[in-house]
Amino acid sequence: MTMAGYRNRAHPLWLAHIVHRLSGLFLALFLPVHFWVLAMAASDPGRLDGWLAFTEAGIVKAAEFGLVFGLAVHMFGGLRLLALEWLPWSAPQKTLAAAAAALSFLIAVLFLMRAI
Amino acid sequence: MPQDTIRLTIDRGAASESFDVPAYESQTVLDVVSWVQQNADPSLAYRFACRVGMCGSCAMMVNGVPRWTCRTHVSKVLKGGALQVGPLRNLPVIRDLVVDMDPFFDKWVAAEGVHHGTRTRDDEIAPIDETSPARVEANSGIECINCSVCYAACDTVAGNPDYLGPAPLLRAWTLLNDAKDAGRVAILDAVSGSGGCHNCHSMGSCTAYCPNELDPMSAIAGLKRETMKHALRGKR
Repeated sequence: MTMAGYRNRAHPLWLAHIVHRLSGLFLALFLPVHFWVLAMAASDPGRLDGWLAFTEAGIVKAAEFGLVFGLAVHMFGGLRLLALEWLPWSAPQKTLAAAAAALSFLIAVLFLMRAI
Repeated sequence: MPQDTIRLTIDRGAASESFDVPAYESQTVLDVVSWVQQNADPSLAYRFACRVGMCGSCAMMVNGVPRWTCRTHVSKVLKGGALQVGPLRNLPVIRDLVVDMDPFFDKWVAAEGVHHGTRTRDDEIAPIDETSPARVEANSGIECINCSVCYAACDTVAGNPDYLGPAPLLRAWTLLNDAKDAGRVAILDAVSGSGGCHNCHSMGSCTAYCPNELDPMSAIAGLKRETMKHALRGKR
């Protein structure tokens, strides 16, 4: 397939699939490292402190944004898929549900930002 | 139309060939392909029949997207005066723009897309309630004309040649919801196997590109729910 073909086929649901698949792969690669570092709290606390100091670096802070974004899009993408496949809803019902989820997420994040 | 000719590139086997085709107003992609066959290269192989979007035989990849060429205006898809046309994806190419549709039709049968009658010719015709939810579901998919556009659009078929694909599963869903069809268990068995509905990743290319605006993706989601209920009830 040509690049033009891929470009033309990039409709919203197809992009949602790609984002879900790539964020899932990314999280699958990240989680073993995450648990390995957390396990250091029990096995080697000194080394863990070294890692935690490393997370203060600006580039790691920026990467954390990508991590949270990846987690959020994967979670909401997964909920979208579950609703799409397991709930016999009509298209307007799904739009309303997505709008409600986005709004509640927005409100929850606003409260979280006030809390921290 | 602003320019006098269209630069048409046709995928022919391993190579592709370009032609300058005279541009006219209200021209369809099938018109420009036909112009090449009639004026530039009589050996060009392609299929068409009705030319009005009823038979489904002229489906091709147009700029990488599966379309009915007879119902696609050149002006809608022309990019910088150029157009690329190729044979439908996911099916074996016989020659030039002609694909072998057999694997696609075989999957209709494999998905139990055949009528499982409930009555004999001596019985009365079964009364159908057009407003029942099952009939509404069945009606939503019966306009499929097996053009294979959805099958060519599907990335899951591209990755797994055993996957039954959108149109055969849409047909299975239609029959499952048809009060006149008695093949419920056979259909659910056929669509829940290794090449069945659970392969679908809900990318929605089938629904996005269906020229009849049908919704195979939702039909496949319906099959996923019904096969799951069927399994949980212990194969009743």
